[in-house]
Amino acid sequence: MDDPTNPLKYEHRPTSRRAAAPSLAPRRYRRLFRRVALSTAGVTILPLLVMTGINYYQYQRAIEAETRQPIASQTTNAQRAVEFFLKERESALRFIVKQGTVTLDCNNAQLAKNLGSLRTSLSIGSFVDLGVIDATGRQRCYAGPYKLLGKSYKGQDWFHQVNQRGIYISDVFLGFRKSPHFVIAIRQEGAGGAFILRATIDTKELSEQILTIGLRPSSDAFLVNREGVLQSTSRNYGKVLDRCPLKVPHFTKGALVIKRTDRKGDVFLGYAYIENSPFVLMLTKRSEEVMGGWTSLRAEMLVFLGVSVILILMVIYFVSRNMVRRIREADVARAQVFHKMEYNNKLASVGRLAAGVAHEINNPLAIINEKAGLLQDRITLSDDDFPQEQKLLATIDSILNSVLRCSTITHRLLGFAKHMDIQFETIELDGLLKEVLGFLDKEATFRNIEVGFEIDDDTPSIESDRGQLQQVFLNIINNAFAAMDDGGRLEIAIGRQDDTTVAVHVKDDGMGIPSENLERIFEPFFTTKPGIGTGLGLSVTYGIVEKLGGDLRVKSEVGKGTRFIVKLPVSSPA
Amino acid sequence: MLLVDDERDFVDTLSKRLLARDYLVAVAYGGDQALEIVARDGCEVMILDLRMPGMGGIEVLQRIREEGHEVEVIILTGHGGAKEERAARALGAFEYLHKPADIDKLVDAMQRAHAKRNERRSAP
Repeated sequence: MDDPTNPLKYEHRPTSRRAAAPSLAPRRYRRLFRRVALSTAGVTILPLLVMTGINYYQYQRAIEAETRQPIASQTTNAQRAVEFFLKERESALRFIVKQGTVTLDCNNAQLAKNLGSLRTSLSIGSFVDLGVIDATGRQRCYAGPYKLLGKSYKGQDWFHQVNQRGIYISDVFLGFRKSPHFVIAIRQEGAGGAFILRATIDTKELSEQILTIGLRPSSDAFLVNREGVLQSTSRNYGKVLDRCPLKVPHFTKGALVIKRTDRKGDVFLGYAYIENSPFVLMLTKRSEEVMGGWTSLRAEMLVFLGVSVILILMVIYFVSRNMVRRIREADVARAQVFHKMEYNNKLASVGRLAAGVAHEINNPLAIINEKAGLLQDRITLSDDDFPQEQKLLATIDSILNSVLRCSTITHRLLGFAKHMDIQFETIELDGLLKEVLGFLDKEATFRNIEVGFEIDDDTPSIESDRGQLQQVFLNIINNAFAAMDDGGRLEIAIGRQDDTTVAVHVKDDGMGIPSENLERIFEPFFTTKPGIGTGLGLSVTYGIVEKLGGDLRVKSEVGKGTRFIVKLPVSSPA
Repeated sequence: MLLVDDERDFVDTLSKRLLARDYLVAVAYGGDQALEIVARDGCEVMILDLRMPGMGGIEVLQRIREEGHEVEVIILTGHGGAKEERAARALGAFEYLHKPADIDKLVDAMQRAHAKRNERRSAP
């Protein structure tokens, strides 16, 4: 039924909460920190980067589109102007034919007159010469500075072209007085047959006009032919008839704006093929100038992104670190609480067991005591003589002695389990410790043990139980003495730990406690000296300190010494 | 003198030893029996065990007080700690001893109890 000697009664039932105690290794918390920091950083920074990237490209495209628009218009306008110029020249030629002043039957003087009137009426892009060529390709009449009369163009490509298309415009070439010219030729049906009216035109003023389209010094507008030879002087790419470094883009019907790179950087290139001519109009504007707004916006975006990322990372780092630190502290505190709980449970279990055993043994012990006593009585109180009386009495004596020994043990066991009330009083720790040292004075002197005593000035008096504190320190100092060799040194230091706690350090330079035993010295019945003592001393001490609301710790190094640290509350636990 | 204990071996032996020392001793093996004897024959000093089946020592003590018997009670127990000691003394126990007890200490306590009893009786 209620049999305290049955160990199953005290079986410790593990609670499931305790079973999952995680490790407190720093490595685990570093990993936790890394996981938390990386995942938070990832979740915040990745979308930020993606959004910024998307914005960047969208802005860039929008601004580019906006930039291309005016360039396209400008190019179209310029294209029209050039085409109009050429159309004007062509119309002028057709007009003089229509007038009837120029026919296959021509004469040079008349032609010269025509040339003269053309020159005066159309001053831009002056006509330099005028010529009539027959269907066989022979120059019939000519007015102008060159000597081309009678020349034959029969096999020439342009002659072929003008016969086919009705109009021909040539590439620019260096002509009269080394200035650039081009040829425009039209095919006309007239009385007497088809003939070709050919004129050479000075491009100087056309060239200049084209250049003015590009207003800013970094912009440029010029004509090239399909092989990339400049047909007008470019501001940035060379003089007329130089090779243009920009490759001529493929044919498109209207004006188009594309991006190219020249020696100085990126440019927007607006171009348009000029109808009926070998010319391609090219208009360039420097990217960084027209996209100036974009570059500053871009820089702002990147700076903002950079600063944000740095700030986010910093905040994440510090917040994560603090949080993980708090978690670790909480885990440590919890582990300590569990440890104490577990320890107290063990202590209580052992206490109960011990008490139970002690109680049960006392009765049979009492019987032995009385029976042996009775034997003793019979021998000593009777008048008879017993054979070997002394020996009998001696034997009975030893029985009684053993009973006494058992009794001491059971009393000690019961003392271990007893719950004594704490009687609080105000205690000056230095006085109490000096009292305790007084008990051991003789031993200290005999064994030449030096005792150092130190107390901080601001150490307060504490509220606690005098008798039990004496027991605690007596026990600890006794242990210290036992561990020390003769001539050793014991140091006692008392001081205020914090607002609510006082700490007493008892340090010896004895043999020390190996680390594998350190965890166990407060365990009931644990002893490294089998046969001597019950192994209860330190566990009782620990229990008392806990009961008084304090804390008992030990630090030790084998061969160097041991330090017991007793922390006590200044005031009694309310 | 009344010895009350359910452990017969113990109480019988003790009574023999006390008789050998010229004490008049009666024995009861349980609380009910003890009270019966007290009520019937009276009792000056009682040596009382606490842990007994049925009526325990504390209850006996209580009943003695309630029924107004004038008995000096010496508790002799193998069980019991400070709590039981306090309870017993609060109920008027004269002494509280632990088993196994030295016979001389027991006799000494009995004599003192007896003296006290005589004092009471002679006091007006």
